[in-house]
Amino acid sequence: MSDLRDLYQEVILDHTKRPRNFGPLGSATHRATGRNPLCGDQLVLMLDIKDDVVRDAHFAGKGCAISTASASLLTEAVKGKTTAEAHGLFELFHAAVTAPSEAVLDLDALGKLAALAGVREFPMRVKCASLAWHTLEAALAGASTPVSTE
Amino acid sequence: MSFDPEKVALEFPILTRKVHGKRLVYLDSAASSQKPEAVIDAVSNYYRTSHANVHRGVHTLSEEATALYEAARESVRGFLNAAAAREIVFVRGTTEAINLVAQAYARPRLGPGDEVLISELEHHSNLVPWQMVCEQTGATLVVAPIDARGDIIVEEYARRVTERTRLVALAHVSNALGTLNPIRELARIAKRAGAVVVVDGAQGVPHLPVDVRALGCDFYAFSGHKMYAPTGIGALWGRLELLDAMEPWQGGGSMIKNVTFAKTEYARAPERFEAGTPDIAGAVGLHAAIEWLRALDLDAVHRHESDLLAYASARLAEIPTVRLIGTARERAGVVSFVVGDVHAHDVGTILDGEGVAVRAGHHCAQPVMERFDVPATARASFAVHNTRADVDRLAAGVRRVLEIFG
Repeated sequence: MSDLRDLYQEVILDHTKRPRNFGPLGSATHRATGRNPLCGDQLVLMLDIKDDVVRDAHFAGKGCAISTASASLLTEAVKGKTTAEAHGLFELFHAAVTAPSEAVLDLDALGKLAALAGVREFPMRVKCASLAWHTLEAALAGASTPVSTE
Repeated sequence: MSFDPEKVALEFPILTRKVHGKRLVYLDSAASSQKPEAVIDAVSNYYRTSHANVHRGVHTLSEEATALYEAARESVRGFLNAAAAREIVFVRGTTEAINLVAQAYARPRLGPGDEVLISELEHHSNLVPWQMVCEQTGATLVVAPIDARGDIIVEEYARRVTERTRLVALAHVSNALGTLNPIRELARIAKRAGAVVVVDGAQGVPHLPVDVRALGCDFYAFSGHKMYAPTGIGALWGRLELLDAMEPWQGGGSMIKNVTFAKTEYARAPERFEAGTPDIAGAVGLHAAIEWLRALDLDAVHRHESDLLAYASARLAEIPTVRLIGTARERAGVVSFVVGDVHAHDVGTILDGEGVAVRAGHHCAQPVMERFDVPATARASFAVHNTRADVDRLAAGVRRVLEIFG
């Protein structure tokens, strides 16, 4: 295992303690629920999409530091993006956290999300980081049933 | 007899390994215990010298394997102080044992208007099988509440025991809170109403001497792997007249007396409930674990683990923001806690980085988590090989959590 500081980076601790875009979103047009049955974590992702652009994104729920920070960073990252761009971020993120530890990542493309890349050294925690992103996919697809990491 | 945990620890090969460059401190025995050399060797020797299928061949190895398998059954009988070896059914573990009772005992006997009583602190394996059998039969599942410390409220429990109560299922020791339930008293109340009492002993047998006849229950289930035996083996004890009155659960080889296409006559208990080739090596390992544990003196083990529990509770409680979940009057084996508003999985990951293995999560007891209004807890559980030095490493790890999340 690499150093715990690679997992609990400042950016992650900051977003865990002060999650951005946390709470209800009155203007939401899309929403989805994500659950991780292993730990009981649950979050709701709300998107305000107009003319194919994500105008606003909020989340609510309870989770560990990794899943909370990931959701918080996600809401910041998708704002102003087209739905196709948001989906592209999901793919980029997913590839990063599931990449083998020796693989070189394009950290520039990830931007602030690069802080979450350290999770790939902690296989048991990849699901925590991915929960919000799978929920994003479900929200974009207009899915009505909750998504699960299991 | 003197009991020295540091000497006992030397008998566990796995405890010599390092995790993240640090000496492993294993505090997750309630999930699954590590295995002493005596158990590992017994399984290995069995495969090296005596393996064959049981109750079948007339050849030497089959006779030896059968003798070993039945000797294991006798050792479980002695371990639980059961009246007869026929009362011991080998199963995969506690979960299978409880499902066996639910399907083979309860299902044909329950109907609408009947009630099954459990408590709020049950593991999912002593909850879901009863929920399933209630759905199948139209019976009602009733739950006796626990108080803020994690004790079953005896008056509330007694009020729920009525003439409708056909079966009561209770944990001997709570895996999530460590509560040691007063089974004798709770069983007496249930028996007065004519209910059958099932005890989930998964967390009982590793820590306490168990006497099923003194407990006054009808069924007692436990897993080998939480008491130093291999995974995949466990036992169900049932009073013989109940077992003999039960129809088989699974059909197949070993559980029959005579088979024709028209009709099959079943073997008597316990073979009736052991269809197919059993986990013979597991039974041999369980036998070895029982002998090993008994040689240690279970009363001494209990005193040692109680001391560790008290010490750990004190050391954790003095750390700022740490809250113990479960402070029952009598506890065994586990201490559950939360660290401020840090999620248990983060606590678990940080402790792992320090070489300390604990369980983090809902411990297959989601209703218990709900009762204490926490999504999850970190849980340290103790075994014969743990020492106060292990607890100190745990406490230092929890302080590290606070440093990171401070």
